[in-house]
Amino acid sequence: MADDVLFEFLHMEMVYHIYKDQASRGEMDKDRATCVSTLEGMGFRVGQGLIERFTKDSPSFKDDLDVMKFICKDFWINVFRKQIDNLRTNHQGTYVLQDNKFALLTQFSNGKQYLEEAPKYLAYSCGLVRGALSNLGMDCVVTAEVSLMPSCKFQVVIQKI
Amino acid sequence: MAVCIAVIAKENYPLYIRSVPIQNELKFHYTVHTSLDVVEEKISAVGKAMADQRELYLGLLYPTEDYKVYGCVTNSKVKFVIVADSSNTSLRDNEIRSMFRKLHNSFTDVMCNPFYNPGDTIQSKAFDSMVSAMMVQAS
Repeated sequence: MADDVLFEFLHMEMVYHIYKDQASRGEMDKDRATCVSTLEGMGFRVGQGLIERFTKDSPSFKDDLDVMKFICKDFWINVFRKQIDNLRTNHQGTYVLQDNKFALLTQFSNGKQYLEEAPKYLAYSCGLVRGALSNLGMDCVVTAEVSLMPSCKFQVVIQKI
Repeated sequence: MAVCIAVIAKENYPLYIRSVPIQNELKFHYTVHTSLDVVEEKISAVGKAMADQRELYLGLLYPTEDYKVYGCVTNSKVKFVIVADSSNTSLRDNEIRSMFRKLHNSFTDVMCNPFYNPGDTIQSKAFDSMVSAMMVQAS
């Protein structure tokens, strides 16, 4: 169905719009960081709202690993129509979520073409995960890396005070 | 019917608190504040006691001579507290649960409103009207 594509198009336009605004004001390098943080901030707020809706009727989570499993399965299915393919942890607050066919990157390429443009399109999703986790009580830092499209890895590092 | 309804944020400050007999408002604020201790106790106790499913509905927190206080916590650690009058017919458990469910649904809607920043007091008219419907009709 065409439903999945709606968000992908909207997301592409969002990224384009934010970068266009910055470009028209000149000075590419310094502003790249603000673009990424703007996108991440948008994802953060959306993640908070989404989590409120998704966890409405489910029981409380036992521990951090339980929360991460929820993100990998239910949350990812609701947002991207598939589960995370691989979750790894070092049991000390760092988790790596690997998605072998990330929904927002599938149309780019099947290998290394356009690799340098990929991070822009991952910022929103990083914010999404960070917002979701923050509303569940876990403060963390989420980064993403792509080595071979369309697979990508999200690294979540939980900040323990 | 509820006499006072409060929504309390993760950091334990009120996001929304409203009571029906406006005169005695401070007393209700105090009741809700003290009930927070009971809520915290229940949340931490359940965590240690049973490792399996934790219920989000906390039930009767404590009864005073005039009022009964019920609580519910969400997965995002937002707490809902309902103070109900003991004098009229005792409310059954399912009625209280359905009130909490409605509160939770309206709160989720408020959360998804892009003009609402998480952490601000709730100023949504829709939320207000839903709460008014649940409160005592005449004081």
